[in-house]
Amino acid sequence: MEQQNEHIVRSYEEELSLLNNKIAKMGGLAEKVLGQSFEALDRRDPDLATATISEDEEIDQLQREIEEQAVVMIARRQPMAYDLRQIMAALRISADLERIGDFGKNIAKRAVAVVTEQQPKQLMLGLKHMGELSLNQLKEVLDAFIERDAERALSVWYKDEEIDAMYNSLFRELLTYMMEDPRNIGLCTHLLFGAKNIERVGDHATNIAETVYYLVHGRPITDQRPKGDTTSSTAYTSLRNSTF
Amino acid sequence: MEAKVEDRPATKVEEPAEPKKTGQSAPAAPGELKMKAADVNLWYGDKQALYDVNLKVFGQSVTALIGPSGCGKSTFLRCLNRMNDVIDICKVEGDIRLDGEDIYAPDVDPVLLRARVGMVFQKPNPFPKSIFENVAYAPRLHGLCATKAQMDEVVETSLIKAGLWEEVKDRLDAPGTGLSGGQQQRLCIARAISVNPEVLLMDEPCSALDPIATATIETLIDELKENLCIAIVTHSMQQAARVSQRTAFFHLGKLVEVNDTSTIFTNPSDQRTQDYVTGRFG
Amino acid sequence: MTDQTASLSSFKSEEAQKKLRKRHWAERRFRMYGIAAILFALAFLVFLFTSIFTQGWSAFLQTSVKLPVEFSREVINPSGNPEAEDEIFQANFVKLAREGLYKELGIDPKDRKVRRDANRLLSRGVDVQLRDMVLRDPSIIGTTEDVWLLASDNADALLKGSIDRETPNDRRAVNDQQVAWIDQLVDNGDMKKKFNTGLFLNGASSNPETAGLGVALIGSFFMMLTVILLAVPLGVCAALYLEEYAPKGKIADTIEVNINNLAAVPSIVFGLLGLAVFINFFGLPRSASLVGGLVLTLMTLPTIIITTRAAIRAVPPSIREAALGVGASKMQLIGHHVLPLSLPGILTGTIIGLVQALGETAPLLMIGMVAFVVEYPATPLDPATGLPVQIYMWASSAERGFVERTAGATMVLLAFLIVMNSLAVYLRNKFERKW
Repeated sequence: MEQQNEHIVRSYEEELSLLNNKIAKMGGLAEKVLGQSFEALDRRDPDLATATISEDEEIDQLQREIEEQAVVMIARRQPMAYDLRQIMAALRISADLERIGDFGKNIAKRAVAVVTEQQPKQLMLGLKHMGELSLNQLKEVLDAFIERDAERALSVWYKDEEIDAMYNSLFRELLTYMMEDPRNIGLCTHLLFGAKNIERVGDHATNIAETVYYLVHGRPITDQRPKGDTTSSTAYTSLRNSTF
Repeated sequence: MEAKVEDRPATKVEEPAEPKKTGQSAPAAPGELKMKAADVNLWYGDKQALYDVNLKVFGQSVTALIGPSGCGKSTFLRCLNRMNDVIDICKVEGDIRLDGEDIYAPDVDPVLLRARVGMVFQKPNPFPKSIFENVAYAPRLHGLCATKAQMDEVVETSLIKAGLWEEVKDRLDAPGTGLSGGQQQRLCIARAISVNPEVLLMDEPCSALDPIATATIETLIDELKENLCIAIVTHSMQQAARVSQRTAFFHLGKLVEVNDTSTIFTNPSDQRTQDYVTGRFG
Repeated sequence: MTDQTASLSSFKSEEAQKKLRKRHWAERRFRMYGIAAILFALAFLVFLFTSIFTQGWSAFLQTSVKLPVEFSREVINPSGNPEAEDEIFQANFVKLAREGLYKELGIDPKDRKVRRDANRLLSRGVDVQLRDMVLRDPSIIGTTEDVWLLASDNADALLKGSIDRETPNDRRAVNDQQVAWIDQLVDNGDMKKKFNTGLFLNGASSNPETAGLGVALIGSFFMMLTVILLAVPLGVCAALYLEEYAPKGKIADTIEVNINNLAAVPSIVFGLLGLAVFINFFGLPRSASLVGGLVLTLMTLPTIIITTRAAIRAVPPSIREAALGVGASKMQLIGHHVLPLSLPGILTGTIIGLVQALGETAPLLMIGMVAFVVEYPATPLDPATGLPVQIYMWASSAERGFVERTAGATMVLLAFLIVMNSLAVYLRNKFERKW
C-alpha cells in the first residue's frame, strides 16, 4: 500500500524521511565499499583496498545512528501499521547493510593478502563474475527499497539461487586447485573465504528483499527460500578419487 | 442450555440467600456472537448519521470502535442499548440483535434491555447519593434483591469486581461525588455491573482521567471481559490497541473496516484506516 | 520607536510606572462607584425602616387603667340564673366600669359634665372586656376586683406624646381636667402602657385602641394555605409536563411565552378576573379568603412554573443519562432523580411566590376583601381580610391611633416577609446538592 498523505505532525514526517535517506546513504556506501573491494582484488591495488577498509567505518557509524533514531521514534511516536513496518524495516536493513559492509572490508583485506601471489586467471574470473552478480543484487534490492517495489524485491529473492550455484562450482574448483598443488593452498584459502563472503553478501541482499516485501505487503514471503548452496552437505572424498 | 447458578462468577453463595438474576442467558463463550447489527441506518431529523453499518460483537472479548470526531461511533454504541430512544428526532432503521432477539421489536422493554446491556459514560456521573446507594440503585430498581443481606452482598461483589472495594469498604455512606475522578468512574462501572449485564458499553470511559486512573480502568476492562462482552468507544488508538481484541474503524457514519486489533494496527486493508491509525488524516 | 519598545520591556521605566498608577486609580474609582451605589441603596433602606419603626413601635403598647370594678349582680345577672347567657350578654358593663372610674378618681357621679369628661378616659371596648371576663368565669359576679381596663385612644395618645400639651385647651383632644386626672392616675401607677396583645388578637374596630390584626392574620393564613395547596401541585406538575413530556415545537413555545407574560401581568388584573369568574360566575361569597386565595393562586402560578422549570433544567443531563443507562423508566427518572435534585429550586421559587402573594393588595381590593370584619373567620368561606388590605384600610383613617397602627402592622408584615425569605435561604442551603 502506498502512503500518499503526509503526516499531520510535520516533524514525524521529517523524521521518517530522514530515516529513509540514511538507509539510502548507507546502501550507497555499501555498494561503493563492495565495488571498490572487487576492483582492488581485480586490479591488485593494495592502496585502494586499504582505503576501502577505512570507509567501512562510516557504514558502522550510520548503522548506530539509524538504530538509535528508530528506537527513539518507537518510544516517542508509537508508530502504527505502515510507519511501524518502515521503522522495523530500517532496523533490519541497516543491520544487513552493515554486514555487507563488513564483508566488503573483509574482501578488501584478502585482496591485500593475495596481491603478491600468482593469481590463476580462471579462478579470478569466476570470483569477479560472482562479485558482479552480488553487487547487482545489492543495487537491485536497494532500488526496490527506494521505489517500494515488492516485485523487484521478489525477483532479487529468487535470483539468489544463481549466486549459490556459482559459489558451489567455485568451491569445487578451488578444492581441485588446492589438491593439485599444495603450494596453492594459501591463495586458494583466501579466495575461498572471499567467495564465501560474496555468497553471504548475496544472502544479506536477499534478507533485504524479504524486508522490502514485508514492508510493502505487510506479510512475509511465504515461499521457501531457494537454497542452492550444497557445499555444506556434499562429501568431498569422491573428488580426490576423480582427479587422480 | 440452562444457566446454572453455580457458574455465575458474581455469586459466592449458592444457597437461599441468592439474589435474583434478570433472567438472562449464560455468558457467551469466547468468539460466540453476542450482538449483531445489520444494515443499521440512523437519522437525526433529516441528517443521516449512520450508513448501512454491519457489525458483530463477540462475547468474552473487547471490541473497540475508533474513528475521528463525528464519525458516528458513539451514536452507534448508543443504538445497542436504545439510549437514542430518548432523543426525539432520532430515527433508527435496521436490525440489531442481542442473542438473536431483535432489540427494536415493539414488545421489547427498553428498561429490561438496559439491565442486560449496561453503559458507562465519558464523564463519571455517580448519583448524588452515598456510594452504597449508587451501586444498590439498579438492583433495587429491577427488584433483584429480596433482603438487605442480598443487597449488601450484591453491592460488595460489584465493588470488588470494579476494583473499588478496598478503597471504600469503610465509608460506604460517604457521598459518591466525593471520590476522585478515577474512583468515580470505577463506581460508575460498579453501578453498571451490579445487575450482571451481559454486555457492557463504554463510551470513552477514560477520556476524563489521568494516566494512572486510565491504566487502572484498562486493567479492570481486561478482568471484566472474562465474563462480559465489552464494546468500547475510544479516541486513543493506543488504548484501543492495548485493550481490545477486535477493532472497528468508523468514518463519516460508515463502518470502514473491522478486524483483529493486531491486524488493524500492523496491516490494515483499507487506505482510510491506514491513514487514520498512522495519523495521516487530512 | 525605540522608546516604545523600551517601555514595553522594562518594568521600572517611567512610562510603565505611570500606566500602572493610572490603571490602579481607575480600578479604585470603579470600586468606589460600586460602594457608593450600595451605600445609596442602603441609605434608603435604613431610612425606610427607621421611619416605619419610629412610627410603629408604639403600636405595640396600649394604655390601660386599673380600676376597682364591682361586678354587681343586679346589673349583670338580675334574674340570678347563671345559665341566662342572653341576660349577661346584654348587661350594662360600661356602667360598672364607669362606676369604678368615678370611685378611683373621686368624682361626684351627679355632675354630668365631669362624668362625661371622665367617661372619655375609657375605651368603648371596656364593655366587651368585662363581659368576656364574666362569661369566662361567672363566679366573679358579686365580687369587686381590680381590673386593667383599656383606656381611650386620646388618653393613650397623651401618654405616647402624640398630643402636644402646649396646644390651647379648647383645641386639644383632652382638656386640662382630663390631663390632670391622667397624670394623677399615672402617678399612682394605675395607668400605664402595656404590651398590646389586642393588636394581634382583635378584629376590626372603628376605635383604634381596640382595633387589631387578628382577622387579617387568619385571613392571610387561609389565603396562603390555599395558595400552597393549589398553586404548588399545579405549578410543579405543569412545569414537569412542559419540561419532560411536551413535544418540542410551536405549541410548547407558545405556552412558554404565554406563561412568561402572565408572570408580568399587573396583579389588579387578576383581581378583576377573580371578581368576574369566582364571585360573579361561580357565586362564591364576596370577601371570602377562599376567593382571595384562588386569585393569589392564579397570580403565583406563573412564577412557580417558571422557577420549577429552571430548577428542572438545572439537573445535569449526565445524571439523566446515568439513570436511564441503568434501566430507569421515565417516571422513575423523574421521581428518583429529577425532582429530588430540583427540590431546592422548587422550594425557593415557591417561597418567593408566596412572599409575593402575601404582600399583594390590589387584587384583594378588587374582590372586595375590604370588609369590616370583627369576628374571626371560622372557615375560608367566611368574610375576612388580608394583612396588606388591613394596612391599607387603617392608613385611610385619620386618628392618631390608626397612624401608629398602620406603621405597626407594616412592621408585622415586614417581619413575616423577612422570616419567610430567611426560611427560603435556609431551605435552599440545606437541600443544596453538590454534583
